[in-house]
Amino acid sequence: MEQMISLKHVSKYFGEFRALNDVSLEVSAGERVVVCGPSGSGKSTMIRCINRLEEHDEGEIWVNGNQLTEDVKNITEIRKDVGMVFQQFNLFPHLSVVDNLTLAPMKARGFSKGDATDLAMTYLNRVHIPEQAAKYPGQLSGGQQQRVAIARSLCMQPKIMLFDEPTSALDPEMIKEVLDVMIELAEEGMTMIVVTHEMGFAKKAANKVVFMDEGEVVESAPTEQFFSQPESDRTKLFLSQILTH
Amino acid sequence: MRRKPKSNLTRAVDVIVIASALFLVGYVIHKVDTVMIYDWHWDFLWNYILRWDEEQQSYKPNLLLKGLTATFGLVIWSMLLASIIGIVMGIMRTSSRIFFRTVSRLYVEFIRNMPPVVFIFVFFFFLSSQFVPLLGIDRISVDASPTTIAILEILLGPPELFANAISGILCLALFEGAYITEIIRAGIQSIDKGQSEAGNSIGLSRFQTLRWIVFPQAVRKVIPPLTGQFITLIKDSSILALISIQELTFLAQEVAYSTQYVFEVWLFVAGVYFCICYSLAFLFTKLEKRSRRIYQS
Repeated sequence: MEQMISLKHVSKYFGEFRALNDVSLEVSAGERVVVCGPSGSGKSTMIRCINRLEEHDEGEIWVNGNQLTEDVKNITEIRKDVGMVFQQFNLFPHLSVVDNLTLAPMKARGFSKGDATDLAMTYLNRVHIPEQAAKYPGQLSGGQQQRVAIARSLCMQPKIMLFDEPTSALDPEMIKEVLDVMIELAEEGMTMIVVTHEMGFAKKAANKVVFMDEGEVVESAPTEQFFSQPESDRTKLFLSQILTH
Repeated sequence: MRRKPKSNLTRAVDVIVIASALFLVGYVIHKVDTVMIYDWHWDFLWNYILRWDEEQQSYKPNLLLKGLTATFGLVIWSMLLASIIGIVMGIMRTSSRIFFRTVSRLYVEFIRNMPPVVFIFVFFFFLSSQFVPLLGIDRISVDASPTTIAILEILLGPPELFANAISGILCLALFEGAYITEIIRAGIQSIDKGQSEAGNSIGLSRFQTLRWIVFPQAVRKVIPPLTGQFITLIKDSSILALISIQELTFLAQEVAYSTQYVFEVWLFVAGVYFCICYSLAFLFTKLEKRSRRIYQS
């Protein structure tokens, strides 16, 4: 199967601190990978390296057949194919919802305003909030904001979607509406890497689960096997902590 | 938000403070009136605002009004130029390239650590006296076509003072630009890093992210300090009188010397500056309220 993302022996340092330690990961087209692990384990750093919000120090990262290098043009091109959803939503507060969505298609893809608006409305429908198009992000609930953020990424029609703890900043009653949208996306065959603690989502939507600790990939296994027969003791401990309460 | 009703105690304190302030003002006026026996002459001011031209049988602007127009021109062009300098330099201050950062840093530090008057002399005697002839600015009024002169006259004032006005504008803009640079830098840096990350992640280039996401938010944030800086710019424009820029303060000085009505002239000029600065502050407060209403409910 076609490799969408491939990390080969990637390491990343913040000063002396080794945030990623010889991480390797393969994600093929249409695969949904959930990355879990305790906080500070390097999960976010890893997916931020994939669209180069962080620069890796050692190893190779390949995205959709292109290697990530210093070349700025190359990075901007790769980012157009890689959508990212942040924990804090990071919507643009000075723009209305529809303008949040049309900005990148117009500026980076050269869409006309009309085409971009059509596209935006299509994706707002997909995340079930077309009626909020004219509002500003500050007027929406957290769950609605995160869904707008997902739609904003989708408007660039990416081949890969990265989610960096998309539900961690949400009130409990809003988590489901966001996860539902993500599950729909998974069912449509989007290639996804999701950093999350939502094990229910992992069981429902993921093909593969990766467990990270202290900057290393401790375990990587198909979903069912990961939950039923974890190999490493660290994984077992983590699962017992996260699943039993 | 509803205001908490004030307690009786704070009300009493307010009354006492206001009453003592009024008393103090009244006392000073009374003292000045009795101690300083001075015959106020306000009427003559009119002649220095508008004068009756016998030959053409019409009113012509006289020194004070000329000065006021010159100050207006000076201030508007310097504000514009200082804003451009401030925006470019402010963006350079936050650049990832060390060259840009160094250039803008040197500019800001050079100007911020020098008293305005000293800067104005340095600028005037070294830069302006060399550059203005070098660029041929002093010859514009002689060489340029009548249409160019007519346009410049609307923009800058009388042709014989073009070089004078341009020196003044450059000087003031360079000086105030350094402070605007710092305001813009602070504004850009106050925008959450997540905003530019989000911009980058949806495929916008670094410049597009700055242009469409970071900068518009930064500008909204810096309206209050920018207003303050513009008011400072208006007030600082009076220092240009020291290098004979023909603006309000310089011409008022001439009127004061020639008429000997020193008090009246300077009180009038103070009033004029107050009105300009206060209306600008008022305008910007309106603008700020409007922009806040638009983008956050």
